Amino acid sequence: MKIGVPREVWPGECRVAASPANVKRLQKLGFSVVIEKGAGSAASFDDESYRSVGAEIVDDPATVWGHSDIVIKVRAPMVHPDLGTHEADLLREGGTLIGFIWPGEEQALLEKLASRKATVLAMDCVPRITRAQKLDALSSMANIAGYRAVLEAAQHFGSFFTGQMTAAGKVPPARVLVVGAGVAGLSAIGAARGLGAIVRAFDTRPVVEEQVQSMGAEFLTVELEEDGTGSGGYAKQMSQAFIDAEHALFEQQAGEIDIIITTAVIPGKPAPLLITEQAVKNMKPGSVIVDLAAERGGNTAGAVADQVVKSHGVTIIGYTDLPSRMARVSSELYGNNICHLLDDMGGAEEYRVDEDDEVVRGTLVLHDGEMKWPAQVKELPEEQMKEKGTDPSEFVAKAAAEKKDRGPWMLLLVGLALIAVGWSGDSGFLHQVSVFVLSCFIGYQVIWNVSASLHTPLMSVTNAISGIIIVGGMLQMGGSLEEPATVLGVIAVLFATINIAGGFLVTQRMLKMFQR
Amino acid sequence: MIPYGAILSSYLVAAVLFILSLGGLSHQKTSRRGNLYGIIGMALAVGATALLILGKVQFPEGLAENFRGILLDDPTTSTVFAAAIGIGALTGSILAARVAMTSMPEMVAILHSFVGLAAVLVGISTYLGSGITVPVGGELVHNIEIYLAVFIGAITFTGSVLAFLKLRGSVSGKPLTLPGRHLLNLLMVAGCVYLAIEFVSAEGHSAVEPLLWMTLIACVIGFHMVAAIGGADMPVVVSMLNSYSGWAAAAAGFMLKNDLLIVTGALVGSSGAILSYIMCRAMNRSFISVILGGFGTDSGVVVSGKAQDQGKVRTFDVHEAVEAMRDASDIIIVPGYGMAVAQAQHSLSQVVDFLKDKGKTVRFGIHPVAGRLPGHMNVLLAEANVDYDIVLEMDEINGDFPATDLVMVIGANDIVNPDALDDPTSPIAGMPVLEVWKSDTVVVMKRSMGTGYAGVQNPLFFKDNSRMLFGDAKEVMDQLLTGLRS
Repeated sequence: MKIGVPREVWPGECRVAASPANVKRLQKLGFSVVIEKGAGSAASFDDESYRSVGAEIVDDPATVWGHSDIVIKVRAPMVHPDLGTHEADLLREGGTLIGFIWPGEEQALLEKLASRKATVLAMDCVPRITRAQKLDALSSMANIAGYRAVLEAAQHFGSFFTGQMTAAGKVPPARVLVVGAGVAGLSAIGAARGLGAIVRAFDTRPVVEEQVQSMGAEFLTVELEEDGTGSGGYAKQMSQAFIDAEHALFEQQAGEIDIIITTAVIPGKPAPLLITEQAVKNMKPGSVIVDLAAERGGNTAGAVADQVVKSHGVTIIGYTDLPSRMARVSSELYGNNICHLLDDMGGAEEYRVDEDDEVVRGTLVLHDGEMKWPAQVKELPEEQMKEKGTDPSEFVAKAAAEKKDRGPWMLLLVGLALIAVGWSGDSGFLHQVSVFVLSCFIGYQVIWNVSASLHTPLMSVTNAISGIIIVGGMLQMGGSLEEPATVLGVIAVLFATINIAGGFLVTQRMLKMFQR
Repeated sequence: MIPYGAILSSYLVAAVLFILSLGGLSHQKTSRRGNLYGIIGMALAVGATALLILGKVQFPEGLAENFRGILLDDPTTSTVFAAAIGIGALTGSILAARVAMTSMPEMVAILHSFVGLAAVLVGISTYLGSGITVPVGGELVHNIEIYLAVFIGAITFTGSVLAFLKLRGSVSGKPLTLPGRHLLNLLMVAGCVYLAIEFVSAEGHSAVEPLLWMTLIACVIGFHMVAAIGGADMPVVVSMLNSYSGWAAAAAGFMLKNDLLIVTGALVGSSGAILSYIMCRAMNRSFISVILGGFGTDSGVVVSGKAQDQGKVRTFDVHEAVEAMRDASDIIIVPGYGMAVAQAQHSLSQVVDFLKDKGKTVRFGIHPVAGRLPGHMNVLLAEANVDYDIVLEMDEINGDFPATDLVMVIGANDIVNPDALDDPTSPIAGMPVLEVWKSDTVVVMKRSMGTGYAGVQNPLFFKDNSRMLFGDAKEVMDQLLTGLRS
C-alpha cells in the first residue's frame, strides 16, 4: 500500500506528517511512501534525507494526493494556493485521509470528502483511553505547545527565570502561573521549573492537584467546592459563582506573578475568559501572558490570535502555531502517532478499518463516504478506573498485616527454655548455651549490616570459617591409625581444609573485583 | 611449653576476628580487610590446635591425663596429618582459582557439603574414640550432642551435594514431588527419634549401629528435602544449607566442649538464616513453604490460572535496540540468571562503558533473588569491572523507573513480572518486583518466550512499551556493542 505525504499548504505551517524516521517505520510496517518535494524542508528534513531512507519524492502535489491509498497530513484539507483546487478534490476516490480534521467545525469539508467516498481518520478524535495514548496526537502537540509557550514568554520577559545572587546585585526568580493543568499546562510547568522559576498552577479539576505537585508547582484553589472534571480528560464549564471566585483569585495573584500561561479550553465551546482586564492591569509592567487558547477566543482579555499585543504594559502572546514553531520534533512525534495508528490497524498486510476496535472507531469520521462521527465511546471516569484494578499497594499491605507479630512470644519461649536448662544444673552445658546464644545475637546484629551486594562473598567467607570444624577433626587424631576414630578424624581434617582454603581464596578473588 | 591458657585465649582472639571478618563485609571498602581477619583467625585457631595435639602445651593440673587428643609420637601419624592438611589446602586452592564466577553457586554448595561431611565424621569419630572428657552424669547430654551434630551434618552433606548437582544442571531443577512426601519426611524424622532413644539408652559406646542407621536416614532426608525444592528457590536453599553447615559446626562445638566451634557455628548459622529470610522475603514466601518444596517448574510450562490470551508480542531487532539505546539518556539494566548462564557480563560491561562515555546515566537494578545465590549478580558485575556505585538494590531504584527512558532486562523474568503486584491469584502474588514497566521503553532480552522458574506467564512482555529482543544474551550484547560503535 502506498502512503502519500503532501506538503502542508496552511500559511506558516512548518510541520510535515512524516519525518524520515517515521518513513522508515512505515516501510517496516510494509507501506511504501511518496513525499511531495519540499514537504519537510520547513521542518528541516530535506528531500535527500527522505530519499536516503527509501521514500519516493514527487514534484506534483496532485500525484501525491491522487496516487496514494492513504494520505497523511497535519492540517485539514483546504484550497490549494498553487493549484486553486481544494485538496479534498485531489484525494483519490475511495482514498483514505488521516490528519487533524476537527469534524465538529468543518461541516463543508466533511461533505466534500464524503462525496469522494473517502475514509477519514481524525487524529484529533483519538479516544482518550490508556491503550490509545501512543497515538494521541493532541497530547503530543499540547506537550510541545506548553514547552514552547514558556520559551516564547522567556523571549519577551526582560529578566532571568532563575533567581540569582550576583556581585552586582540580587535578581528575584520569575513567578509563573499556569492556568489549566492539562498536558500543555503540565509541560509548561515542567519547562518553567526547569528554567528555575517559581511555578503556581490552577485547575478546576481537583484530581490534577497531585500531578501539579509532582511537577514541582504549587496548586492554587478557590474557596468554593466545585468539581470541574468533565469527560475525556477535559474540564467542564463552571458555575457563575465559581467563575467570579476564579477571577478574584487571578486578579489577586496577578500582582505577584511575572508570567501567566493559560491553557484552558472546554470542548466545543469558546475558551473561558479567565484573566480579566483588571488582572492584566494588576500585573507589573514588563510581565508576559501566553494565551494558548487564543485560537478559540482566548482566556485573556485583549488576547489576539497569532499576534503579540501590549496591554497596560503587559505583553500578551496569542500564537496559535506553537507546535509548528518546533516543527522538527512536532513532525517527528505526530508522525509517530500516525505510525502507531497504522500499526494498530494491522500494518500494510493486514490493513483494515475495524469498526469494532474502540480506538479506530473513535478516530473514524468517514468510512467509504459514510458519516461515522461522532462515535459513541464508552468512558470511565478516572476514579472508577482506579477502583476497578485492585490497588496493589493495598493488597501487599493487607498481606503484611495478616502476618502476626510473634516476636515477643518466641522470646518468652526461648527464655523459658534457657531457665529450664539452668534448672537441670549442668553448669558446663549452661556455659556453652550462653556462648551459643550470645554468638547468635552477635551474628544477627553483624549480618544485617552486610551490604546486599556482598551476599555471595558473605556466603563464601562463612563457608570458610565454618571450616573451623577442622579443630574437631584434629582433636580426633590422637589414636593409632588403625582405629576408625582416627581415620575419620583424618578425613574430616582433609575436607575441612579444602573448605578453609577454598572458601577464603574464592572470597579473596571476589572481593578483589569489588575494588575499583 | 606453652601454657594451656594461651591456647584458650588464641581461640578467643580467633572468635573475635571471625566476628570482625563478617563485620568487615558491611561495605565493599572494608571487605578485603574482613576476609584477612578471617584468614588470620583461622590460622590462629588451627595453629593453636596443632600445638595442642603435638603435645607442646603445658596442661594445668588434672587436665593432662584427660586430654587424649595428642598425636602418637610416631612419624606416620604426623605425616598423615600433614598430608591431609596439604592435600586439602591444595585441592581447595585449585578449586577456588579455577571456578568461574558464574559457577559460584555450585562452588558454595559443594563447600557446604564438605562441612556437613566433616561434622558427620567428627561426630562418629568422637563417639568411637571418645577424644573428649565427659563429666560424670553428662553422658546423656553428650550423646544427644553427638547425635544432633551427626544428624545436622548428614542433612547438610547430602542436601548440599544435590543442590550442587542441581545448580550445575547435572540434575533437573524440577521439584521432585513424591506422593505423600511430607508424610515420608515425617516418618523418617520419627525413625531418627526412635533411633535416638535407642542410641542414648545404650551402655558405653556400643550403639554404633543406631548412629549409622540414623546417619543414613538423615542423608536421605537431606537429599529428599532439596529434591522437592524447585529451581526458583535455589537462593533460599543455598543460604539455608549455609545456615545448616553453621549449626552443624555449633553442634560439634557442644559435643567437643569447644567454645570457638560454638561461636563460629552460631555466627555462620545465623548468617545463613538471615540470608534465607532475606531471600524468602524477596519472594514473599514463607520459609516453611520453601522448605516444604514443590514450588516452581523447570521452565517452559505455563501453570498460571490466568491462561487468557495476553495479546501481541512486539519484537526489536538489534538495530532497533541500538537506536533505542542511542535515544535514551537514562537507562537502567536489570540482569537475571540468563545473563549468568550466557556469561554476558563482560560484553554488557563494555556496552555500559560505551553508553557512559556518551554521557548517559546507566544504572543497574538488582533484585535480591536474581541469579541462584544471594548477591550473585553483584559478583558477576564486579567481575566485569562494573563500578559498584551504579549497581543498586531493588528498594533503592524502584522509585526511579517512571523517570527512566529505557530499561534493558537481560535474562530475567519473574523478578520483573507485574502480575506479582496486579494479580492476587498469581503464584508469585505479593512478591516485590522491579517495576520496569513504568519506564518509557522496556527491552527484554530472552532466549525464547519460555516462562521463568516460577512457571508463570509474564504480562510485561505484552505491554505496549515492551519490546522483545530474542537471542543468547552474550551474542546479543556483542551485536549491540558492534551496533553502537558503528
